[in-house]
Amino acid sequence: MAKAEAKGLSFYYGEYRALKDLNLVVHENRVTALIGPSGCGKSTFLRCFNRMHDLYPGNRYEGEIVLHPDNANLLAPTVDPIEVRMRLSMVFQKPNPFPKSIFENVAYGLRVRGERSRRALADKVEVALRGAALWDEVKDRLQELAFNLSGGQQQRLCIARALATDPELLLFDEPTSSLDPIATASIEELITELKQHVTILIVTHNMQQAARVSDYTAYMYLGELIEFGVTDELFIKPRNKQTEDYITGRFG
Amino acid sequence: MGTTEHISKQFEADLDTTRTRVLQMGGLVEAQILGAIDAFATGDATLADQVIENDARVNGYEVAIDGACNHIVVKRQPAASDLRLTMAIAKIVTDIERIGDEAKKVARMSKRLHEHGPQHAQRFPAIRHTAQIAVRMLRQALDAFARLDAVAAAGVLKDDSEIDHEFRAAVRQLVTYMMEDPRTISPALDIIWVAKAVERMGDHAKNIAEQVIYIVKGTDVRHTSFADIEREIGTD
Repeated sequence: MAKAEAKGLSFYYGEYRALKDLNLVVHENRVTALIGPSGCGKSTFLRCFNRMHDLYPGNRYEGEIVLHPDNANLLAPTVDPIEVRMRLSMVFQKPNPFPKSIFENVAYGLRVRGERSRRALADKVEVALRGAALWDEVKDRLQELAFNLSGGQQQRLCIARALATDPELLLFDEPTSSLDPIATASIEELITELKQHVTILIVTHNMQQAARVSDYTAYMYLGELIEFGVTDELFIKPRNKQTEDYITGRFG
Repeated sequence: MGTTEHISKQFEADLDTTRTRVLQMGGLVEAQILGAIDAFATGDATLADQVIENDARVNGYEVAIDGACNHIVVKRQPAASDLRLTMAIAKIVTDIERIGDEAKKVARMSKRLHEHGPQHAQRFPAIRHTAQIAVRMLRQALDAFARLDAVAAAGVLKDDSEIDHEFRAAVRQLVTYMMEDPRTISPALDIIWVAKAVERMGDHAKNIAEQVIYIVKGTDVRHTSFADIEREIGTD
């Protein structure tokens, strides 16, 4: 079932057209990976979902990103980006915890949403930290500064922060590119567990990672969606020669 | 496949070397079949011994190529056509090695058979003919592999039914032979083993051809009817 859908989506950085008429379905409770060489538009595409491009003047969207089940067009000018971000969460390349305690990092989004009850906050922070497989490591040091955690733990903290607000869609922008293989493996394991409850869209430079964690893969090049399909099929028998050349390392 | 080279020259070289080795191994096994079947027809014991001895070289190729495939998987994590090629090669070498085993078996049987005298083998020229079909199939499968030609590979599948037909004909003929004179039972059984070995060679050549279709088309055509396979190859 579709959770989100890009329909005829184009995006412009000023005059430059970075995305060209993308049509793509993000399936509910599945992991969809976006792969492609640098500059292909995969991160630009991901950032359209939470309207991050609105932060800079001159950027322009065309087409729609529809979020189901209410068919809300996230890109509609009448829709407040803040409203959009209430429904989705994003995790970035480098862990970016706030200069606050571990607890406050996770509680932040809940407080912004008006949660005042200490009890409710504590419960939700615990659930989010458990969801991010970090609880056992931090439960006795929740008031410590988040920067004291290791890189992998900080990234899991950011995932917990993203999970705390019960997002409908979780956006990952190369979430393991600054982590070592062990931390990477634990994040990948986490992604596989999370998809039982959340729909995930992940940008990754690591093709093996896309092959490991995703159910669907989209290959993008020069702002276009070249091929979209079931991950296993795309990595064994891609339909498009450009996809084939990219995933086999023939891209020149 | 083929048109654009990998960015990594070493990967390109590793795949090329492995592919070439498969063809060399196939060439060796082709020679093994021809040697074995000559030994069967002529009773040349030296030739039979040579075939038996050469089988160790075939085995050596199998181990080396398997190792190369492991190496490619662990170092390159091949995808798409590279993945299909690597996986298919690992299976193809097993089939080539089995053909080698069958050739060795024929050589061994031939030695034993000719201890009963040359007349028995001479009564069954069709077996040599069938072995030639097997060699043709193997050669064609390897050619299809070298050129990544799915149509040629499909041709091999067709030939297999010819071998099966020849095998059944040979068995019928041998049964009559044994009924006519029970003293021929022992050599006739040896000849049946030879015929069976040749028939198995055809099966293995067919398996190789199926793997070639998998490499080229990405479709697993094992246990598929010939009509369906032809339809598959006809597409795009």
